[in-house]
Amino acid sequence: MNPWKSVLAAAALALASCTAASAARTDVVLGVPLEPPHLDPTAGAAAAIDEVLYANVFEGLTRIGSRGEVLPALAESWTVSDDGKTYTFKLHTGVKFHDGTDFDAEDVKFSLDRARAEDSTNAQKTLFAAIDTVEVVDPATVRITLKNPQGSFLYNLGWGDAIIVAPESAETNKETPIGTGPFRFDNWAKGSSITLVKSPDYWGEPAMLEKAEFRIIPDAAAALPALLSGDVQVLPNFQLGDALPQVGSDPRFKVVIGATEGETVLSTNNKKPPFDQLKVRQAIAHALDRKAIIDGASGGLGVPIGSHFSPANAAYIDLTGTYPFDPARSRELLKEAGFEDGIKATLKLPPVGYARDGGQIIASQLRDVGIELEIIPVEWADWLAQVFKEKDYDLSIVSHTEPNDIDIYSRKDYYFNYDNPAFDKVIEELNLTSDEAKRTELYHQAQKILADDAVNGFLFELPKIGIWDAKVEGMWENSPIQANDLTKVRWVD
Amino acid sequence: MTAYLARRLLTGLATLVVASVVVFAVLEILPGDPARLMLGMNATEDAVAALRNELGLNQGIVMRYLAWTGGLLSFDFGRSYTYSVPVIELIRERSAVSLPLALIALALSTAIAIPVGVFSAARRGRPADTVAMGAAQFGVAVPNFWFALLLVYVFAVWLRLVPAGGFPGWGAGLWPALKALILPAVALALPQAAILARVTRSALLDVLGEDFIRTARAKGLPRRTVLWRHALRNAMLPVLTIMGLQFAFLLAGTIIIENVFYLPGLGRLVFQALNQRDLIVVEGVVMLLVATVIVVNLLVDLSYAIVDPRLRHRA
Repeated sequence: MNPWKSVLAAAALALASCTAASAARTDVVLGVPLEPPHLDPTAGAAAAIDEVLYANVFEGLTRIGSRGEVLPALAESWTVSDDGKTYTFKLHTGVKFHDGTDFDAEDVKFSLDRARAEDSTNAQKTLFAAIDTVEVVDPATVRITLKNPQGSFLYNLGWGDAIIVAPESAETNKETPIGTGPFRFDNWAKGSSITLVKSPDYWGEPAMLEKAEFRIIPDAAAALPALLSGDVQVLPNFQLGDALPQVGSDPRFKVVIGATEGETVLSTNNKKPPFDQLKVRQAIAHALDRKAIIDGASGGLGVPIGSHFSPANAAYIDLTGTYPFDPARSRELLKEAGFEDGIKATLKLPPVGYARDGGQIIASQLRDVGIELEIIPVEWADWLAQVFKEKDYDLSIVSHTEPNDIDIYSRKDYYFNYDNPAFDKVIEELNLTSDEAKRTELYHQAQKILADDAVNGFLFELPKIGIWDAKVEGMWENSPIQANDLTKVRWVD
Repeated sequence: MTAYLARRLLTGLATLVVASVVVFAVLEILPGDPARLMLGMNATEDAVAALRNELGLNQGIVMRYLAWTGGLLSFDFGRSYTYSVPVIELIRERSAVSLPLALIALALSTAIAIPVGVFSAARRGRPADTVAMGAAQFGVAVPNFWFALLLVYVFAVWLRLVPAGGFPGWGAGLWPALKALILPAVALALPQAAILARVTRSALLDVLGEDFIRTARAKGLPRRTVLWRHALRNAMLPVLTIMGLQFAFLLAGTIIIENVFYLPGLGRLVFQALNQRDLIVVEGVVMLLVATVIVVNLLVDLSYAIVDPRLRHRA
């Protein structure tokens, strides 16, 4: 063999071993902007908790899939009685918690009873409100009886707040979460990162990654160099702003714009004059130019909405044309309502980009038709205290990120102060219906009522801006619930 | 000297007590309910009430103040509402980043500033002085987050010598941990060095105009000796004062740099805790900082006595 050939062969070999090494990569670092306050999904509303643990460490009886569908999880299958009130779940057997204890029906009963107990601090206690009793039939069977049929019951059980925990570890999950999922918790360096590792004895299809680290990067300006330097390979949802096109044109990365369940609305106090008048709310709706708002508040990426419903949902109908952008019609309506001299009101804005940026644009659009808004920036704590709890506000902007949450409009003490018996009836019926076609029809009605009543200014669906290494596959494109499901994530070449 | 020390200690203690009242009162009147913040918009009222009870938020303000200060006396800072771990543990974890970072930055800034200041003062009015002070002016004017990002792009993204941010923890080894602190320390040190260099220069110029310097020169001491041994030592008082202030700032006032490098330091802990109304954490950290400032000032005062024998005898 001549020397050149051997050099070539060596080079080829080196190259081959290189690619072999990169194909074998089994770890990933994800950059997330918010750190979870603790690691127990059953004891807090912070999305950051579920975004680390849901589907990875913890599992429920059912789970929500990447398209928002209900899938079996710890329950292998189930049957529903004819009256829709009794659910019998057949559980997977041979399932172990990460600390080695066995999972069985007693754990299910414990978890659900704990979540709905009187002194429960579950952030979504209403999910369990319909449950009457939870019975252990045998170690692999659980029977849940409801007070009344509930169409969304299986979906509700798929929330992160409904995950199954063990009595031995429930109290310490905040620090060391013990679940049944394909990853187990490894380490939490507070303020810095959370590490999960593959669980060696997972009952189902094992994870393809050996290790996943969630690194907390609070600043978008810092996330970009972290990505470019290779320190971080996945930004599941990050508002990069002006830097996004730069990353998008770089072949090393994939930019995936998906949908969330975040309906961004101009929240309106429906009991506070003059916003208690339909004509005034319609005037606001006509004055809003959604395109300009989306361009300014979400970099042009949000999807316009005309009611409180996610365009990613199968039961969505496009109602953005209900009150099209028409300032002349808006002024007319204000005049008819007796406000030809204009209206003065306040707009309280929480400390998030879409609200602060969107607020400026909306204020200028409404000024155009004679509604003068005083912008009051508030912190989250203030927002929750003043706007949400005390209902001391005229208008605000916020994204409602809970999935399938159109029923909030039927809650009596909710901060919109909206009260419409016809709407409540639709929601009530929805609760009692489990037939898919019938539910879709009811969802249509509900969306239509809210749009016609112009309850809030319906702006846009918050986009999910995912950026990751082009060789990473299996990340969710949309976020039908707040989660970063890593069970199917892998490196490819 | 002993009386002086005792007086200083007493003042320090009184300051601590007053600070505890002010800190507690100011934070407790902030609107916002930590329980509601933790459970979010969808939580039912009774779940929020149950959590408030669990956190001990239903007691009166005076009771809570007494419980808090009582705990402080035995170094019990209470439990964080959101993290539900002892506050002291959080402070310890974060100090493991903030304290070394502050010390490195201070050492770096001193190592740059004093020679530059002396150099400039010795060449007052000459082109070298103008260039050095121009650079210092630039150092003060450059926003440090911008400078930090510049450092990241050059040394992490382009040259790939150090990580772009984050902190692996001291458990990962001395070198990886130090490597993570180099860029932030440089970013923090530069503006501080610029200020310190200007202070050193002007303090030195004041001293150089004094009679004893002329005497020293007249008795034949070389210019260099006069500058470093006689003048600099006397010019150290204002320099030490500024360094004391800078140390307190570097310990917790570095939130912007901590954000750019996503370091888990004290500044971010306070900021996050304030936003989540985890008031007990904020109160604990602020009290600790007050104590640090008092101690640092005490040390600065004592060091005055060391560099200036006149103060020693007067006291």
